[in-house]
Amino acid sequence: MTGSAVDQTGRTGARLEELRAAGRAALISFLPAGFPDLETSVAAARAAVEAGVDIVELGLPYSDPVMDGPVIQRAAQQALDGGTRTKQVLHAVEQVAAAGAPVVVMTYWNPVLRYGVDAFARDLASAGGAGLITPDLVPDEAGEWIAASDAHDLDRIFLVAPSSSPERLAMTARACRGFVYAASTMGVTGVRASVGDAAQRLVHDTRGAGAERVCVGLGVSNPEQAAEVGAYADGVIVGSAFVKALDDRGLDGVTQLAGDLAAGVARSRAAAATNSTAGTGKASE
Amino acid sequence: MTIAGSGARQQPQQQPGHLRDQHGPYFGQFGGRFVPEALIRALDELDTCYRQAWADEAFRAELDRLHATYTGRPSILTEVPRFAEHAGGARILLKREDLNHTGSHKINNVLGQALLTKRMGKTRVIAETGAGQHGVATATAAALLDLECVVYMGEHDTERQALNVARMRLLGADVIPVKTGSRTLKDAINEALRDWVTNVDTTHYLMGTVAGPHPFPEMVRDFQKVIGEEARGQVLDLTGRLPDAVLACVGGGSNAIGIFHAFLDDPDVALISLEAGGDGFDTGRHASSITAGQTGVLHGAKSFLLQDEDGQTLESHSISAGLDYPGVGPEHAWLASTGRAAYRPVTDSAAMEAFRLLCRTEGIIPAIESAHALAGALETGRELGPDSLLLVNLSGRGDKDVDTAARWFGVLSDADLVQSAATAAATPVDEGEGAGW
Ligand SMILES: Cc1ncc(COP(=O)(O)O)c(C=O)c1O
Repeated sequence: MTGSAVDQTGRTGARLEELRAAGRAALISFLPAGFPDLETSVAAARAAVEAGVDIVELGLPYSDPVMDGPVIQRAAQQALDGGTRTKQVLHAVEQVAAAGAPVVVMTYWNPVLRYGVDAFARDLASAGGAGLITPDLVPDEAGEWIAASDAHDLDRIFLVAPSSSPERLAMTARACRGFVYAASTMGVTGVRASVGDAAQRLVHDTRGAGAERVCVGLGVSNPEQAAEVGAYADGVIVGSAFVKALDDRGLDGVTQLAGDLAAGVARSRAAAATNSTAGTGKASE
Repeated sequence: MTIAGSGARQQPQQQPGHLRDQHGPYFGQFGGRFVPEALIRALDELDTCYRQAWADEAFRAELDRLHATYTGRPSILTEVPRFAEHAGGARILLKREDLNHTGSHKINNVLGQALLTKRMGKTRVIAETGAGQHGVATATAAALLDLECVVYMGEHDTERQALNVARMRLLGADVIPVKTGSRTLKDAINEALRDWVTNVDTTHYLMGTVAGPHPFPEMVRDFQKVIGEEARGQVLDLTGRLPDAVLACVGGGSNAIGIFHAFLDDPDVALISLEAGGDGFDTGRHASSITAGQTGVLHGAKSFLLQDEDGQTLESHSISAGLDYPGVGPEHAWLASTGRAAYRPVTDSAAMEAFRLLCRTEGIIPAIESAHALAGALETGRELGPDSLLLVNLSGRGDKDVDTAARWFGVLSDADLVQSAATAAATPVDEGEGAGW
């Protein structure tokens, strides 16, 4: 395993380890700050935690979200149209963190660059944030962020994709702290009918390349998929489905979905244990 | 000869020597690859394929053959003395990229990348387009080389360049109007990137300018530098000397870098890029990403861009769809920051005045994009005086803009106007303009 010299666990990793010991995968929600307005977005993230979400991703909305499908694009645009500012998102982190679950910010790189990479890391840390997910920043370009996240003790979560070479999987696994984000398919965020085999293979390969913890996102939207993915991954990341639930049915929709997904994640290892050594959190072949 | 660079961005000393030898991924601090991990493999594959092809004589011969027999290269140089009378008597030479097949410089890059698509064994190309010229060129190459073709175009641009939408469809391409954001070029690029991430196994993203992640800025430049290589020889043959200034409009920057490149290491040749100044620099409604932007990351590269305090991209504004982009290619950001090239805004009305002048004095209808370079030449000629020699890249022809220009100058009745009423936004700032025609 890599990272022998450096502790790569971080705050999200510590939470994932606790859950692994308890015999289940984590449920991770994504919701953009400022959608449909700041107050509601904070309330929604907190409601998700109360209903069983283990780690919260709060989106910092960006004008040109090339990794996002229509649902999250529209929500981000609405948040921006409503005047959501970076400083307010950092304040929202503080409010959500008070609910008890680790909070990571997910955003495209330019808002962080514009804020100032070190200043952003400093203010995120002082807001109680656990780290940052960067969908358009690969470790190769991340020198400044790696230094800032070290200085301010933040998790840094880079993505791997089905197209990543073994060398890149190893390089990315080494660069991450907390967990590695495995994009389940080649594509953008959105609700999909099935998660696909590529995700399981990718989790397996990413572990093989040295990653201790791998969570899967993109396309997971219902309890069945959560159970399926939770059987082999350390965490199940759900985004578009939460945004839709909030949009269609408000806070109740978020609470309901979080509860259903949590039940799905809870039964995942039980199912997997019947045919593999799921308790170790390693992928089955 | 000294022409001031873009003010504050200019640093005292110029880089000595081989400015032409710059390679990606970085031009100074600009460039790079700020993209989702999912695209890295495709970018690596493209980079490798492009480098092998460029070193392969058979590939270069095939590209040259297409340019000679299909594009119509070399493009000619035209002296425009009647136009130049309005430019302080400077001598003005136009590099006629408007005479290329499909009507602009875009085909130079498109044929190169379409051949690479074949070489990579891919069967589908996607492209973004603003004015529609890159989309038309891509649809053309796709027809020629039997590739499936999808073009993303901001809905606003499909309205103001409806003729080019029809051309693309006639050529067999699928044109998808993009309804998000500002509904212009930047949003078309977002949508093309989303398609690419999803379909990268079969699809090449045929990017139309020197922006985007490495290797696009370097590769597109290399396919466009034929413009300057030809022009440098042609100017020397005709006049026995190098021009005092080379001028080009800049959207993403491909026609500008294409003509500048051969002159980068000629320190006495001023390089002047004209950015879209829209309604006027002070109104905030423009697309002058170097003059008014700050360093940031957009569409995969670090460069200058129009953004707010939080790093959200600002909407750009220009009468010319091809220049209506809030970013610019990284090599231009580098040339601006070193002071080697100057970047100046040209307003819609100054560009349209130059458009009219070229029509009336020389019988050439330019693309509105290229009219920005012509406006820059009028001003530069007046600055440099009658002995100066200016080379201007006439990057495209104005057929696609006839409707916009007709509205601007009021030369047709409403009933005669063929395109959507939405283009009525492009009305003259001054009613007197119409009468002047
Ligand atoms: C005729 C013409 N000139 C210039 C441009 C601007 O692009 P670039 O800056 O890449 O040359 C366009 C783009 O559509 C164009 O059609």
